[in-house]
Amino acid sequence: MSARTGLEQDPQLPPVALDPEVVEAHHRRWTPARIAVWAAISLLGAVSWAIIAIVRGETINAIWFVFAAVCTYLIGYRFYARYIEKNLLRPDDRRATPAEYKADGKDYVATDRRVLYGHHFAAIAGAGPLVGPVLAAQMGYLPGTIWIIVGVVLAGAVQDYLVLFFSMRRGGRSLGQMARDELGVVGGTAALLATLVIMVIIVAILALVVVNALAESPWGVFSVGMTIPIALFMGAYLRFWRPGKVTEISVIGFVLLIAVIAGGGAIAGTSWGADLFLLDKTTIAWMIVVYGFVAAVLPVWMLLAPRDYLSTFMKIGTIVMLALAIVIVRPVLESPAVSEFASTGTGPVVSGSLFPFLFVTIACGALSGFHALISSGTTPKLVEKERQTRMIGYGGMLMESFVAIMALVAALSIDRGIYFAMNSSGAATGGTVEGAVAFVNGLGLAGVDLTPDMLTQTAADVGEESIVSRTGGAPTLAVGLANIMARLVGGSGMMAFWYHFAIMFEALFILTAVDAGTRVARFMLQDSLGNLFPRFKDTSWRPGAWAATAIMVGAWGAVLLMGVTDPLGGINTLFPLFGIANQLLAAIALAVCMAIVAKLGLFRYLWVVVLPLGFAAAVTITASMYKIFSPVPAVGYFAQHNAFRDALAAGETSFGTATSVEAMEAVVRNTMIQGVLSIVFVSLAIVVILTAIAATWKSYRRKASASSEDPAVLSRMFAPAGFLATPEEKELEKQWAALPASRRPARTGHH
Amino acid sequence: MAGTPEAETPSRAATPLASTFDAVRRGAKGVAWFCRGVLGADAYEKYRAHVEAEHPRDAAEWLMTEKEFWRDRTDRQDRNPQGRCC
Repeated sequence: MSARTGLEQDPQLPPVALDPEVVEAHHRRWTPARIAVWAAISLLGAVSWAIIAIVRGETINAIWFVFAAVCTYLIGYRFYARYIEKNLLRPDDRRATPAEYKADGKDYVATDRRVLYGHHFAAIAGAGPLVGPVLAAQMGYLPGTIWIIVGVVLAGAVQDYLVLFFSMRRGGRSLGQMARDELGVVGGTAALLATLVIMVIIVAILALVVVNALAESPWGVFSVGMTIPIALFMGAYLRFWRPGKVTEISVIGFVLLIAVIAGGGAIAGTSWGADLFLLDKTTIAWMIVVYGFVAAVLPVWMLLAPRDYLSTFMKIGTIVMLALAIVIVRPVLESPAVSEFASTGTGPVVSGSLFPFLFVTIACGALSGFHALISSGTTPKLVEKERQTRMIGYGGMLMESFVAIMALVAALSIDRGIYFAMNSSGAATGGTVEGAVAFVNGLGLAGVDLTPDMLTQTAADVGEESIVSRTGGAPTLAVGLANIMARLVGGSGMMAFWYHFAIMFEALFILTAVDAGTRVARFMLQDSLGNLFPRFKDTSWRPGAWAATAIMVGAWGAVLLMGVTDPLGGINTLFPLFGIANQLLAAIALAVCMAIVAKLGLFRYLWVVVLPLGFAAAVTITASMYKIFSPVPAVGYFAQHNAFRDALAAGETSFGTATSVEAMEAVVRNTMIQGVLSIVFVSLAIVVILTAIAATWKSYRRKASASSEDPAVLSRMFAPAGFLATPEEKELEKQWAALPASRRPARTGHH
Repeated sequence: MAGTPEAETPSRAATPLASTFDAVRRGAKGVAWFCRGVLGADAYEKYRAHVEAEHPRDAAEWLMTEKEFWRDRTDRQDRNPQGRCC
């Protein structure tokens, strides 16, 4: 190995890495105890999968989903990720990571692997894995469960791991820069443009989820609105009074947050509170557009940084709490394994049949292209040792998948009739209890018998006026979480608190994502505009910054308002666009990885990348083709467009769910925009994939391997690779601990 | 490895009660260390350690004060925005 990299261990220091043979021997040493543990994990996993997939009872206990997920993750992590590590990535702990050789004490800081795991997880987890599985639950529990668990092991975690590793070997370069390096100008530019358009769509649809959760909910509007003054207070506290006291202010912020959630009910109960905070969707959408602009031009310390502290706190805390609650409460799910909507594609929540729309709907929980931007951003600059990337990249994504499984369980734990009443568009239910009952019972679902009482009672329990047509996934998840948590703490009297806690939890992430996404998009736009008007390259030039921010906010704001006012319902037509955008970004990231692997000459193991890339490409391109060419109006944007245009031409004044000529014209306009966006996405992604295939073929023809990595630098530190140090690693840690301080090489992160 | 939970010196508690108390105390310290790390509350300590190691003779000349450091940190985020995940 030293021949390959030319790195020689400093004889003055203890070893900086375990001998590869020692690592290999550790993995191959199958003691009876270890065999017993892995046999037990496999057996429990197999039994859980059998219960989920084969046994058909009336109900199923949620605990089996937890066991199936955790056992499969452990096996995937121990065997598949290890296979990728050994054969494809071949990390070398004698090489210094950017955190060591570029150490600056600010951006490049070697960070303890366990802390970095938490940090990386908090950066990749957002509202996506919580919302997608909820919407996909209309197809039954089985398809979603299989894709979330199998998809993460073979696709999502692989993507995150590869991108993190490749970026780390390139000094922490971004995905866009790697695309340019590997795919050339055409592929690189297409990747950059696609990222920009995708970012706009993702921000718009996340904002739509918040609008749907807060509309007609004074309690929600008050508590989420109060996060703005809380964040401003926290920002000023850290800036002027007590700089750096992050833990302290996070605790204060958290207490204030809980206070406004708890107090929101009382405020919403007063007549002035209801008057002030009861807002319709269009008003809230405009408020978010204005918020997005202001938040993105304000300095980071005022709003974004304190919000980040709050959401990190909430994220890790709530997820641990929900996991405990599911294990303790063990809710019983009353959903069929596979519902009729999986094959007919006529589900009211999101239209389209299982292939490809299940995969597009679940998106983030199994494979998320957005993670490639994080895995090639902050995290690679903080990794201490190369072998830790398996735990952080692959392991971090397994945790995200587990969050998605919990969201699915929470959504399935509520009554199926209520689920459909909440998730069918207002256009279908009319927004009334009677309309919802008639619509849901009219779906003809076995075992579903919805009564008006059930809807009004649930609404009263969670402290809302109505729960009919609360689409977008967030309110459904909130009801599910409230159900489970109330059984653990507080009983039904606490349901309203838990419901608004969950809404706050999601709104907090989304508003942060809206702010940060607008900033990133603004910089990308300024960078591109700078090629035409050099002045725009200067990101501190106020007029340029404001203009570019206004353009980006205008772009996502237009899509958001289109979704909010859509006579067809909004989420059901727009959510597929979100999923397709995210999965196309994943295909782009995997295409870049494929070109890198090919350049290294590792063709025997290329399938590890080709498998998820092929699947993601097949799913997204097929879904795009359906959206563009399907003759079924509910599925194809242009089919819908033509149907409404023809109706208008025939002089009709109402058509389908559009009850006026203006509404019909809105559908004609919206479907055209959505259709054109689909064409733009898929074309850009196809360009990137084709240039990656061309680059791969060129590498294959050339036979010789090449590298676009930074030169290897010798590491002068040691740290274990996994959560727990192995006995061999502990031995090395002891040697390093015994080293007198005077002989210890300069290191950051420890003192 | 100072600063990490392993660095804690092993306790030599005499009674079972004292050793339980000791284990709880170390567990709580570990949780606090993890939370501080994840939130990034220890960023200034790390920065200072880095500067002191780089400039052992005249670290004070190079070192930003705590207030300056945190201002610089958010100002750098202004110039290099990072996306948050969906």
